[in-house]
Amino acid sequence: MAVAVPSLERDAAEFEKRVLTTTVDRMLAWARKSSIWPAQFGLACCAIEMMSTAAARFDLARFGSELFRASPRQADLLIVSGRLSQKMAPVLRRIYDQMLEPKWVIAMGDCASCGGVFNNYALVQGVDKVVPVDVYVAGCPPRPEALLHGFLKLLEKVEKQGGRR
Amino acid sequence: MTSAAALAERVHALLGVPGLPVTEFRGEVTVSVPPDRVLDALRLLLNAPDGAPVLTDLTALDRYPQEPRFEVVYLLTWYAPPVRLRLKAPLPGDQPVIASATRLWKAANWLEREVYDMFGIRFQGHPNLTRILMPDDWEGHPLRKDFPLTEEPVQFVGHTPKTPSEIIPKSAPRP
Amino acid sequence: MSTMPEVRTETITINMGPQHPSTHGVLRLILDLEGEVILGCQPVIGYLHTGFEKEMEFRTYHQNIVFPARIEYLATFIEETAYVLAVEKLLDVTPPPRAQAARVILSELSRIASHLVWLGSSAIDLNVTSVFIYCFQDREEILDILESVTGQRMMHGFLRIGGMQWDLPDGFEARVRSLMDRLPARIDEYDRLLTDNLIWRKRTEGIAVLPPEDALAYGCTGPILRGSGINYDVRKAFPYSGYEQYEFDVPLGRNGDAFDRYLIRLEEMRQSRRIILQALDRLPGGPWIVDDRKVALPPRDELVRSMEAVIHQFKLVSEGIHPPVGEVYAAVEAPRGEKGYYVVSDGSNRPVRVRVRSGSFNNLQALPVMVYKGFVSDVVVAIASIDIVLGDVDR
Repeated sequence: MAVAVPSLERDAAEFEKRVLTTTVDRMLAWARKSSIWPAQFGLACCAIEMMSTAAARFDLARFGSELFRASPRQADLLIVSGRLSQKMAPVLRRIYDQMLEPKWVIAMGDCASCGGVFNNYALVQGVDKVVPVDVYVAGCPPRPEALLHGFLKLLEKVEKQGGRR
Repeated sequence: MTSAAALAERVHALLGVPGLPVTEFRGEVTVSVPPDRVLDALRLLLNAPDGAPVLTDLTALDRYPQEPRFEVVYLLTWYAPPVRLRLKAPLPGDQPVIASATRLWKAANWLEREVYDMFGIRFQGHPNLTRILMPDDWEGHPLRKDFPLTEEPVQFVGHTPKTPSEIIPKSAPRP
Repeated sequence: MSTMPEVRTETITINMGPQHPSTHGVLRLILDLEGEVILGCQPVIGYLHTGFEKEMEFRTYHQNIVFPARIEYLATFIEETAYVLAVEKLLDVTPPPRAQAARVILSELSRIASHLVWLGSSAIDLNVTSVFIYCFQDREEILDILESVTGQRMMHGFLRIGGMQWDLPDGFEARVRSLMDRLPARIDEYDRLLTDNLIWRKRTEGIAVLPPEDALAYGCTGPILRGSGINYDVRKAFPYSGYEQYEFDVPLGRNGDAFDRYLIRLEEMRQSRRIILQALDRLPGGPWIVDDRKVALPPRDELVRSMEAVIHQFKLVSEGIHPPVGEVYAAVEAPRGEKGYYVVSDGSNRPVRVRVRSGSFNNLQALPVMVYKGFVSDVVVAIASIDIVLGDVDR
């Protein structure tokens, strides 16, 4: 019968197998990216596709984001879904300012990204003139798959950056 | 009440103004009414014994630089039997004012506010004639022809592309 | 000696929106409250004003086809039909029978999809989340069909002046029929889930009542007007696209409350199915766009053979069509009431004025009447029962 000989190296290896070491930043980033709560905020056509993304077929819940918060103070992602009018622009900025740090913004659709098919007096040509944007999703409106793709890109970004922006 | 043409006749008779211009295009009848008599015409049609119309739409159009520049357009619909009639009142470009129809139809409230917002036509007797779609501090009336579309050019390195409205230019009217 | 403390009441004014939990778009309400009771309600709109009417004055008639679907983004085909009908009326062009029947089928599919979004989002407003999930699942199936026809889920841009862009795809009829076979069971399920649900009834019955005289005075149309018991449906009163050939009923309400509007929309989905099946039964063959080279682009195979076709193609693409001088109004029955396009032409390739008469705009105007002396929580029900689309209100 072999007797287990105590060995410092083996203990250390065993320890490594069972315990994960990481930095606090990375752990925070992992936690944050696993449950990003979007603000329940829809502007126009894209909001309908955003609702489709949250519904059964596309199921945003797979990525931990099924919980659309009605209050911007409880949300950390603002999906600007649709065209932004001159009248709405100050309101959007206010909603963004009410969100707590860290916060991210997805410009969903062509109108939110650059004005889309509209180029006139009434619309802001891209929401990046009002709030900083992390991910632009193209399409008019983007398919739910496109929004999911943009969303996963955002998760990558969150994971890399951790809590810092 | 049978047809829109008969209604147009009635507008003439009721107002006592013979020879008001009546046009028929694609089966739609339009009566031009002097702006100071338009409220009378609307009231007479509304209070006619055989059914009251609904104000389906109230809008305006700008024929700049022609004069009279503006036209206020009322679209009335009788539901049973279904008939439509359009009334038009020409207005000058300088200080366009017309009587408000809010006392006849509540629907006119927002519709007139929209016309005021977009064309700057004032409606006398309107309870709350303020902007409705544009921000309160907006300057100008967007749907006037002398208000620019305000397109932003797209930025490219080395050349400036046409703005969307320049891609197919407006052609000369064909008769 | 003690006296009763003096009770003082005070009217407070609160702001609701433009971003709020029952978000059907960016609608802002200023409410005057006495306790929980609403004494005044003033809607503030314009937060989604897109300038469609101005934009359409700067485009040719063909270029403008992209805009209608973006005005009312839930019933996209109905909206496209309305614009295309107006220009066709201006030109005095009648699309071929196949295009007309196809428009009816696609419009009614759009109507069902739109009512499903309404049902799902209203249910979520009253905290019935499961119905939202079911409705969107059914809507996806309709969008799949529309996508197979047009290549787009929502912004189709598929209809053309004088017809359609291309023919219906192979297997279209079978797909629609199979969906129509499944639909009644689904609608019955919503019926079972909600109609006799005590909470649903308490929240909607007798809430947001609109008397018929007010509905007429405010120019309400669609399920709001019919909920108040007035029989007006554009498809019956001013038929277009051959609606006069189809048999269908127009459901009417008695009390004009939110519950009646709910029942009407459920029944409208069933009637839409009836229309679709009739249209499928007699879907004619033949061309899907008019054979008028001044209006419609020539077919591809003609371009390689005929110089004349190339010239027509070039003229249509680089200049567009030139309708005669005149003005027309064409209306359709949208899920939110009468949707009309008033198009004025001066004989050039761009319209002088395109006015969009939207149902939601007039219906929303009646909101203060519906919520007067009601409770704050019922405002959410009232907004949901009007079924506004802010893109349609603000344009």
